[in-house]
Amino acid sequence: MHVIVVGLSHKTAPVEIREKLAVPGSRMGEALTRLTSYSGVKEGVLLSTCNRVEVYSVVDDIEQGYGRIQEFLADTHLSLSSEQLTPHLYWHADDRAITHLFRVAASLDSMIVGESQILGQLKDAFESALSHKTTGLIMNKVVKKAISVAKRVRTETKIAEMAVSVSYAAVELAKKIFSDLGQRTVLLVGAGEMAKLAAQHLIAQGVGQVRITTRTPQHAVDLAEKFGGTAVPFEQYKDDMASADIVLVSTGASHYLISADDVQRAVTVRMNRPMFLIDISVPRNIDPAVRHVDNAFLFDIDDLKQRVEKNRAERLQEADKAEQLVVEEVGVLREWMKSLEVTPTIVALKQRADEIKRSELDKTLGRLAHLPAQDRELIEGLAASIVNKMIHGTMVTLKSEVNSSNGAAFVESARRFFSLEAAPPQDTRGESAVDSSSCLAHDMNAPLVEQVPSRTASRKQP
Amino acid sequence: MAVVCFMVTMGLYFAATISFLAYLLRRSEALSKVSLGITAAGFVAHTVALVARMVGSSAAAPPSVHEALSFFSWMLILVFLAVEFRHRIHVLGSFIVPLALVSLISAAALPDTVPTLQPMFRTLWLHVTLSMLGTVGFAVAFVAGVMYLIQDRLLKSKRFNVLYSKLPALDFLDDLNQQSIILGFPLLTLGIITGAISAEFAKGAYVSWNPEQTWALVTWLFYFVVLLGRLTVGWRAKRAAYLTVIGFAGVILTLIGVVLKSYGTVS
Repeated sequence: MHVIVVGLSHKTAPVEIREKLAVPGSRMGEALTRLTSYSGVKEGVLLSTCNRVEVYSVVDDIEQGYGRIQEFLADTHLSLSSEQLTPHLYWHADDRAITHLFRVAASLDSMIVGESQILGQLKDAFESALSHKTTGLIMNKVVKKAISVAKRVRTETKIAEMAVSVSYAAVELAKKIFSDLGQRTVLLVGAGEMAKLAAQHLIAQGVGQVRITTRTPQHAVDLAEKFGGTAVPFEQYKDDMASADIVLVSTGASHYLISADDVQRAVTVRMNRPMFLIDISVPRNIDPAVRHVDNAFLFDIDDLKQRVEKNRAERLQEADKAEQLVVEEVGVLREWMKSLEVTPTIVALKQRADEIKRSELDKTLGRLAHLPAQDRELIEGLAASIVNKMIHGTMVTLKSEVNSSNGAAFVESARRFFSLEAAPPQDTRGESAVDSSSCLAHDMNAPLVEQVPSRTASRKQP
Repeated sequence: MAVVCFMVTMGLYFAATISFLAYLLRRSEALSKVSLGITAAGFVAHTVALVARMVGSSAAAPPSVHEALSFFSWMLILVFLAVEFRHRIHVLGSFIVPLALVSLISAAALPDTVPTLQPMFRTLWLHVTLSMLGTVGFAVAFVAGVMYLIQDRLLKSKRFNVLYSKLPALDFLDDLNQQSIILGFPLLTLGIITGAISAEFAKGAYVSWNPEQTWALVTWLFYFVVLLGRLTVGWRAKRAAYLTVIGFAGVILTLIGVVLKSYGTVS
């Protein structure tokens, strides 16, 4: 029984590939069911965000599992052949797979290290898997552990502040262009998580007006209500740009939405009043050529990150702390995983039975010292056969069920019934409200902003 | 008394310049307080020197170039202290104080007997004072323009260095630029008008079209166009910054022309 992960992320694949492979929420159920229908694939969780598509799975055989999941990924998007896909994939098994998941959950593997979005996305992915019953004992434990590790990392290190600092940098830059934000208008185009965060920062700094446009009109209206701003029809935002001093763009579009000409036009209408453009989208949505437009100041996510590079040493230290935490937690989980293996369980079971038999025999035989050796052997034999018969059924069941989807559950039960060592790690599931809006839509035909269903759906316990 | 105070002023402005330039490169807020303190002390000494000189000289004597430049420098520091008091933009000192120092050194280099113009009429005082006030406005606009261009470049090239962190917001600098010109331009206009009237009384012609007069009129026209462009077709921000830097070069050339001519007439 092995935990494996096969997937690709912003580190290994360009956005074109990630976009194609991404599984929208509506197709999640079908994909999960198909995933677990492959032979040898026992459990599966599919994590699909704009920055990564990963399949976490519990399989019998690592190599076979890799092959199956690769097949699954290629089938998920028919226009991508296996050959096109393979160069971008990574494969991890057991400890390394678990470490990877923990790092992902803790946002150590994110494009913006420390951002909180990924945790919500992982929770959603897990919930999806739970509701389609594609997870079992191991996956449940592993993912729940990953979530609790992520929370621990967030509370025990300052890693989350790093992500915040990117939007802080945006505000700081704005203040170098506009002395009084109170008279300024900010236009939000699209509403990715980082952009919303930056907008919140700007509002907290007293920015005068907020205008919001998203491809889905209703979404803009909702956000406008939330931020106390006005919604702007998506078709109009380019004309509206001239009235905005600060333009914050973050959509899922894979091409430039705002060209240098658009900005030049806006600056001309503004009679050369400076404009501050922030492009938090990946890939970028504002043509970098805007840099050559006078009185328009464009900063993309890398620039903002560069701005916060100053306290780099401290941030590295925090990331280090988080990594250590991950290693520690992987160790805990490894112990538990080990306990789920059948052979050690049977050995432990036999030992346990033997211990009981031995101690009871010692007690009884001590008082029967007058018996001849032959009789004493008979008693010993009796005890041994009772004990063996008692545990025989359990051992046979364990051996026969080991390859079923519930194998691990049987092992776990046996361990508990016979009080064998290595209690499973307890996870603390303090349900804090983690902002879990999904990433933006992946293709331009989809709504610009996809709202995540509310998380009132009852969580199925394994 | 006037001379001693003048020398003390120069010493203090020199120290303030060094201190302000150091402030430009170091992340030390204490340095800004020190620089400000020295500047303020220099300003007090300067005021005493100017008053002592005014008391000492006869009202009939025409203002000398020395006095005009010293007054210019005093006004610059006054404007700086006023802006500093309101907006707490210390870095402005790093640009204005050196300019005031240069002007003061120029004043010291010229013998204080060199008159600005041949004594022609009483309105000469008015002419010189108004022209100098207008020039102060343009000087502040120039400084704001230079700071704007530096900050603009730093932002565009994404170099977030010490200077970047100290320079104020772009729109503040653009506003300062605009306000300075809006204040400076009418003053210079009045200066030119009073000059022309003086000339009319003295020589019977408003304008004699000598080089420095022509140059002054060209400069005036230039600022007029700059101001008009700003208020009508949006010549603000970077373009305004460039234009005011160019315009100030014209102002300096005019001043040099005036000084050279006056010097020539004396020797």
